[in-house]
Amino acid sequence: MSNLILFPILIPLLTGIILIFFYKKIILQRIFSLISIGVSIIVTLKIIDTIKTEGIQTVNLSNWDAPFGITIVSDMFSALLVLTTNIIAFACLIFSFKGLERERENYFFYAIVQFLLVGVIGAFSTGDIFNLFVFFEVMLMASYVLLVIGNTKNQLRETVKYIIVNVVASALFVIAVAYIYSVVGSLNMASISERISEVDSYGILTVIAVLFLIVFGLKGAIFPLFFWLPGSYNAAPIPILALFGALLTKVGVYSITRVYSLFFYNDPYVFSLLSILAIVTIILGAIGSLAYNDVKKIIIYNIVTAIGVILFGFSTLNADSFTGSIFYLLHDMIIKGALFLLIGVMIYITGTSNLKYMSGLMKQYPLLAWAFLIAAVSLAGIPPLSGFVGKLLIIQGGFEESNYIGSFIVVLSSLLVLLSVIKIFVKGFWGEESENVTKKPIKTLLFPCYLLVVLSVLIGIGSEVLIPYVSLAAENLLQPENYIHAVLKE
Amino acid sequence: MIFIIGILFMCATYLILSKSLLRIIIGTGLLSHGVHLLLLTMGGLKKGAAPLLGQHAESYTDPLPQALILTAIVISFGVTSFLLVLAYRTYQELGTDNMEKLRGKKYE
Repeated sequence: MSNLILFPILIPLLTGIILIFFYKKIILQRIFSLISIGVSIIVTLKIIDTIKTEGIQTVNLSNWDAPFGITIVSDMFSALLVLTTNIIAFACLIFSFKGLERERENYFFYAIVQFLLVGVIGAFSTGDIFNLFVFFEVMLMASYVLLVIGNTKNQLRETVKYIIVNVVASALFVIAVAYIYSVVGSLNMASISERISEVDSYGILTVIAVLFLIVFGLKGAIFPLFFWLPGSYNAAPIPILALFGALLTKVGVYSITRVYSLFFYNDPYVFSLLSILAIVTIILGAIGSLAYNDVKKIIIYNIVTAIGVILFGFSTLNADSFTGSIFYLLHDMIIKGALFLLIGVMIYITGTSNLKYMSGLMKQYPLLAWAFLIAAVSLAGIPPLSGFVGKLLIIQGGFEESNYIGSFIVVLSSLLVLLSVIKIFVKGFWGEESENVTKKPIKTLLFPCYLLVVLSVLIGIGSEVLIPYVSLAAENLLQPENYIHAVLKE
Repeated sequence: MIFIIGILFMCATYLILSKSLLRIIIGTGLLSHGVHLLLLTMGGLKKGAAPLLGQHAESYTDPLPQALILTAIVISFGVTSFLLVLAYRTYQELGTDNMEKLRGKKYE
């Protein structure tokens, strides 16, 4: 038991509070938030190392023993996600130095980003179901502010819808928590997991499982519940969109994974439901990404496809597909961050997000074009880039469980994803140079994009190094006993 | 208690499905009230002494649902106030509180 795992939550919290006091000094805020995220990254690396050698780390807040107090748990899965979150936040912050309008920066942007990180990282590392709800709310509150910052008509309109959807989802979350408390009599996830196998009535458990699926599905944008995503995300300015697209939906996916693997692991009904929903999500996401001519919309629909792929891998329930899903989740966070930032640069240059009005960027900005191409083929999963390993393992896992249709659709979806991003490449970069291509200095904007693209290539090539960590994470998810044991110390 | 919760949920659903933004906000408020009562009921309405050491009572009240409700009330209060301010700003900027007119352009 060491307090180290609290630091990734505390550092952004303190930074956010301090930044509010310096809200007029933008330069100071920039430097300070970068330093703080840098420190977080180092601390998280240390945590990952500790988990690798010593196993799952837990801290009981205020020294209340495990099932009674709030426990913060850090296993490999959550630690890896915390690390990726910090890296993406780092890149998005550098991007926003130049890519965000000054009037938006002035209104507590950096402080709110830190609070968003508190929520996301807290949700990744908490071991208490109600505490998960609280961190969700912290994250959502910050995301409301980030979505509306800047006050344009479009933003106001979409934020209202986004908040209403999420308020209803939060209400459902509390209902699910209330049910689970009445059935099991505990809120600690490990202790719920232990006692839930003794509950006889499967009916109520399935109801709770589906409620959780609705709640997290609304956040994570799975099939019937992703209707709000394209509109709301489309309204946000690019650095914020990159943060949202890379982080927020993944929190929903993480929560589904965590809750299902701990609570409902012996309920085959919910897993087959999840599998079907994941496949429909993949198909609809792919159709959506092909249907639009707007670069933002294309990438936003690609989020939906990726969520489907990750959840399909997860619903297959074996070691290979779990490893694949986690790997793909990490890959997807990084590559989505990179793609959003890259199209941000394209929009910055041309002043439009519509593909009809941009072409021929290749001539003046060759480096941007190559970075985009690498990110695009990596998203589609062409070896040796990072998307390949995850998808390979997911499909392998699918075949092992003889889920041929699902695996086939995952393969097919890669082709459609490739088609949709290559469409951006062909229309945006090739062809005659359109007149709205302006000459602008984009070096500072490109730096964070390179950072993420290079990282994604490294993950792909160096997957041998990463796989032991990821498979350790998958192993812990498959065997909830480890988690229970680490938290309750029996 | 269950009936009250049911009625609250019913009203909340009706209000959220209406067109006026203000009604929707009131609906979300009612929804959260319903949820809080549900939380209380689900914990089991046990009667007993306050859960403090040294009370020497036969049974104790379960303090956890109250703690949860308190947290949830604070959160929903914060969100509702933010939503109200936002609705006001939206009304100022867009000049309407009708959700039909807040649909956005069809082909963006």
